[in-house]
Order: sequence, then structure tokens, then C-alpha cells
Amino acid sequence: MAQTVFAPWADPNEKPLIEFRNVTKRFGDFTAIDDLSLDIYAREFFALLGPSGCGKTTMMRMLAGFEAPTEGSILLSGHDIAPVPPNKRAVNMMFQSYALFPHLSVWENIAFGLKRESKDKAAIAARVDEMLKLTRLEKFARRKPHQISGGQRQRVALARSLAKAPKLLLLDEPLGALDKKLRQDTQFELMDIQEKTGTTFVIVTHDQEEAMTVASRVAVMDEGKLIQVATPAQIYEQPGSIYVADFIGEVTILEGHGEKVGDAYEFAFAEGQPRLHAKTSRDLGAAGRMYLAIRPEKVSISADKPEDTPNVLKGRILDIAYLGNISTYHVELSNGQIIKAQEANTRRLSRRSFTWEDEVWLSWTDTAAVVLER
Amino acid sequence: MRRFSWFNATSLTLGFAFLYIPMIILVVYSFNASKLVTVWAGFSTKWYGELLSNDQMLDAAWVTLQVAVISSTIATVLGTMAAYVLVRAGRFRGRTLFGGMIYAPLVMPDVILGLSLFLLMKPMFSQMGVHSIVLAHATFAMCYVSVVVSSRLVSFDRSLEEAALDLGCTPFEMFRLVTLPIIAPAVISGWLLAFTLSLDDLVIASFTTGPGATTLPMKIWSAVRLGVSPEINALSTILISIVTVGVITASLITKRAAIRQMAEERAAERA
Repeated sequence: MAQTVFAPWADPNEKPLIEFRNVTKRFGDFTAIDDLSLDIYAREFFALLGPSGCGKTTMMRMLAGFEAPTEGSILLSGHDIAPVPPNKRAVNMMFQSYALFPHLSVWENIAFGLKRESKDKAAIAARVDEMLKLTRLEKFARRKPHQISGGQRQRVALARSLAKAPKLLLLDEPLGALDKKLRQDTQFELMDIQEKTGTTFVIVTHDQEEAMTVASRVAVMDEGKLIQVATPAQIYEQPGSIYVADFIGEVTILEGHGEKVGDAYEFAFAEGQPRLHAKTSRDLGAAGRMYLAIRPEKVSISADKPEDTPNVLKGRILDIAYLGNISTYHVELSNGQIIKAQEANTRRLSRRSFTWEDEVWLSWTDTAAVVLER
Repeated sequence: MRRFSWFNATSLTLGFAFLYIPMIILVVYSFNASKLVTVWAGFSTKWYGELLSNDQMLDAAWVTLQVAVISSTIATVLGTMAAYVLVRAGRFRGRTLFGGMIYAPLVMPDVILGLSLFLLMKPMFSQMGVHSIVLAHATFAMCYVSVVVSSRLVSFDRSLEEAALDLGCTPFEMFRLVTLPIIAPAVISGWLLAFTLSLDDLVIASFTTGPGATTLPMKIWSAVRLGVSPEINALSTILISIVTVGVITASLITKRAAIRQMAEERAAERA
């Protein structure tokens, strides 16, 4: 049974739910968002990823209605939302601090938004109970926010923002306050709830792992601009620039001279080192200065020189970072360049094959590395 | 255990003696049977009885209570509004100036405040009375309320208000349903402060009073000019006990609430 892939952004007939059209936002002299255009589709789990101060929170606050764009427009289902105040928007937000009302119980917090719509009491009660069940909070309905734990507060905040069944849910660093284990569990829970409710989620985060885990598409931002918008796999495997390659995961970046040979580039990066080969569908010109990005897990490490591989380098192990499931080796080439290689620790530690100062061979296939312009 | 120090013990005794001996003497003499204030003639509560049958005193007490309740309520409303705007309105031109001006009456001498209010109100009202004292007290107590409330608002998490708007509140509903309940303790203590200030103000009330509007401090002051009577001592003792009971109750309530909240938070962490 083949499942249809969820990719509305690839379908030209699909209408986006949210459209940023040349949006610029300035605070005084500071430009937070710089002429940015972006489409987000219904039912997407969209992540805005970037370092602090890159403008991701400003994007979210413009969607919620707490900030207005200086130039350009934001469309929700085809309508400009600039004149709509936050309390009239079909958009709800889950705040970083959760912003639970301390004087109200969990039940009243979740009912708060529903009561503003002046629904009848029975309907409100039914909806609140449904939300409590969804977030597994039935036992805590009568408690006040300060009487429950951090993870439970996070779920109350989620239930409260979902209660009005918004078209769009905004999540501002929703898991920042949780410890690592709880964060991972909650990520899966979030994805599950997103699928169940069919709501469009836009999440703001600076944690690249979190963005990769939950999102259908990730937008990497820097200094008010979008650097790359793509699926997590594309962002990781085919980064569009050194910035993205470096921001997401571990990478070794080599600088050198590339020359086009067929559908691949021959890459010379240092005197006395063999040339490297990398296939690419991108055209970076016939020859010129370029960069090669290699993920450590794509680099094999061996004691003997491997045959029939297009990329082979000799080096010496400088450092080993043991992470339990994997080890990262820092291998120094004869010219001083360090290349990272990762091996899964499938064997017990005592039988590990390489140690410090060992002479080793590094190799990777011609599709493993990515050629980048900058 | 810390070693006993004669220096510390002496400082403590002197300090508290300085603060409380005058009041203790007053309380003791309120139970004096003699008409002469400085001569002890045995224990008696007759001055308390006489106080209750003194209609002038009771009238003054009633006026004071009215003035204090109405003026502190007006001051609380205005002071809260002023504090809200100053803390929330963001940076506008002259914000620092407005902020400073709100607090200026705190350091202004009462005599000058009273005189300026007198000059303003004399042509405004055909007759001065309870209404003019109420206005005057509301004016000067307002800045105290605004200091108390704005200190609470500064530490208020702004995202709570944004969450309220986000969930569909109009700005007024947001204030009524979220902001006000959370800052309520500060508003109430602001009201209590304004109430106490109005209760014991003599100078400003004297400037803005009119026929038939004599507050308790004015009454005491004028009675004392004719000589201190044991009746006044009795009245002062009653005032002291009211204030003491009020302060102790308020601090007990606050402390209990804090302890309960801590216990609940600890219970939540364990769960």
C-alpha cells in the first residue's frame, strides 16, 4: 500500500494558507525582517529555525497580530490580516513562558478562549473535556497552574491554544523549558496531536534537532532573511549554503578549486592531497573557487587503503569523541586539515579498532559530499 | 549560638524604647481615673464611656470614615490607571517627565499641597466641605497608589495579556479578566495605604475643609490646643489598636498565602 506523500508545496494547484509577501519589519533603525516572502500550506508542521535575533519570533508575532509589518502584506486564506486585531484572528499562540493565567484552574484556563465566543455552557464543557483528554490532563482539571509540573503546564498551554480549533497554531519555543528526555517525548506527542487535529502548526525554535524531528518543512533564517526553505532531509542532505550546512548537524567544510567534469566536480583543496570527486545536479560554472561539505557519518574509516572509491585520503587520528552509540574521530591530514568521521559503535568498547595516533584511510562515495558556492 | 553582646542589647532596647515609650505612656494614661493627664489616680475605663457619648467626636469619626473610604477608592482607580499607562504605554515622548511628575507629590511638603489645593478649590466650589476634602485626599493619595501598583506591573509577565488577546478578549475584557485579578493584591494594598493616609491627614484636610466637615485628626488637634484630655488619650488608644490589628492581619494573610503556595509547588514537583 503506497502512502501519498504530504507535499502541498510541490503542487502548483495548492493554495497556501499563509502568504508572506515582501514583508519587511523595522524597529526604529533595526531591520528585523528584510523583504521576506514565504508560503505556508494547510496541515503543515512548519518550523522557523535560526539563532536568537534572526527574526523568527517577529515573524510569529506578526502572524498572531502583536506586531504589524512595516512594508508588504501577510495573507491568511487569501485575505490580508493587517487590519485584523489579535482577538479577531483565527490564529492561536502557545507562548514560550506558557502564559497560563495563575488565578484560574487548568479547566478555566482551557475554557477561557471558548467563553469569549459566548458558546453555551454544555458545549464549552464538552470541548474542554475533549482537550483535557487529548493532552491527558483529566486528573489535573481543578488544579491551579502552580500546582502542576512543568511538563503538565506545557500541555495545558497546548490544550488552551487548541481549544478554539484555530486555523493556525503558533508555537514559540514550546519545549524550551523542558529537560531533554521530556522534550523528546513531547516532540512526538506534538506531532501526534498535530496529525489528529489537522491544524497547521508553525513552530519557532533555535534547536535544530527539534525542528528536524517535528517539522514537515524547515525555514532556516538569519538576520531577517530566509536562507533555505526545504524538508528536513533536503536541509540536511542538500544544504544550499555553508551557513545551512554548518547550522544543521556536524560537517567538515573544505575550501578549494573545483572543475566541472561531466555531471561532477573535480575538487583540489591542498598541495599534495589527492583530488576529490563530487557529483551534483547544481551548476556552479566550469571552474572556480568553491567549497565541499562532508557529513562525518558519510566518511568511512579503515586501516587499509580501500579500493574502488573515488575519494581516498590518508590521515592520523587526533581526537576521539565517544558518544556511546557513535564515536566521532577527528582525523588530521598531512597538510593539517582536520576531517571528521563518524562510526557507529556496533562492537563493545574493548574491541574498538582505532585509537589515538593511528594511521587511517578516509573514504567516501562521489555522492556523499555537497559542492557549495559559499 | 551567638554570644550575648551588651552593645547589641543596649542598642535594641534604646531603639525600641525611643519608638514605643511615647505610645505606651499614651495608652497607660487613657486608663487613668484622674481628669489631670499627668497625675495617676488609679485604673478606670470611664473615658472610653464618655468618648462614646460625645456626639462631636462621633460625628468627626463618621466624617473621617466617609472621606477615607471615598477618597481612597477614587485614588485607587486613578492611581491604577496612571500606573498602567506609565508601565504599559511603551516609550513615548516625555514619559520620564510624566513618571517623575506622578511621584512628585510624594516629596512635596503637605503645607504647599494643601495651600495649592485650597487656591484651586476655593473658586471652584461655593462651599468647601466633605467633597473638597475627598478630592484633595484623592489627589495626593493617588500617587502612593500608583507607586505600589506600578511596582507590581513592572514584574507582570506581558505575555499573559497577549495570551488573553490571542484567546479572543477585547482589551477591556483582558484588563478585567486577567490583569486586574493578578494585580489585585497590589491594588488592595494601595487602597489600604490611601485609606490610612486619609485617616491621619491633618494639614491638607485643614486647608480644604468647610463648615460641618471636621475630621478626627482636626478634632483631636483643636481639642489638644485647649489642653490634653484623657478622652483624647482613649480615642488615640482605639486608633492605635485598630491600626495594629489591621497591620497584623494583613501580614498574616500574606504570609499564610506564601507558605501555602510554596507547599503546593513542592507537592507538584514531587508528583
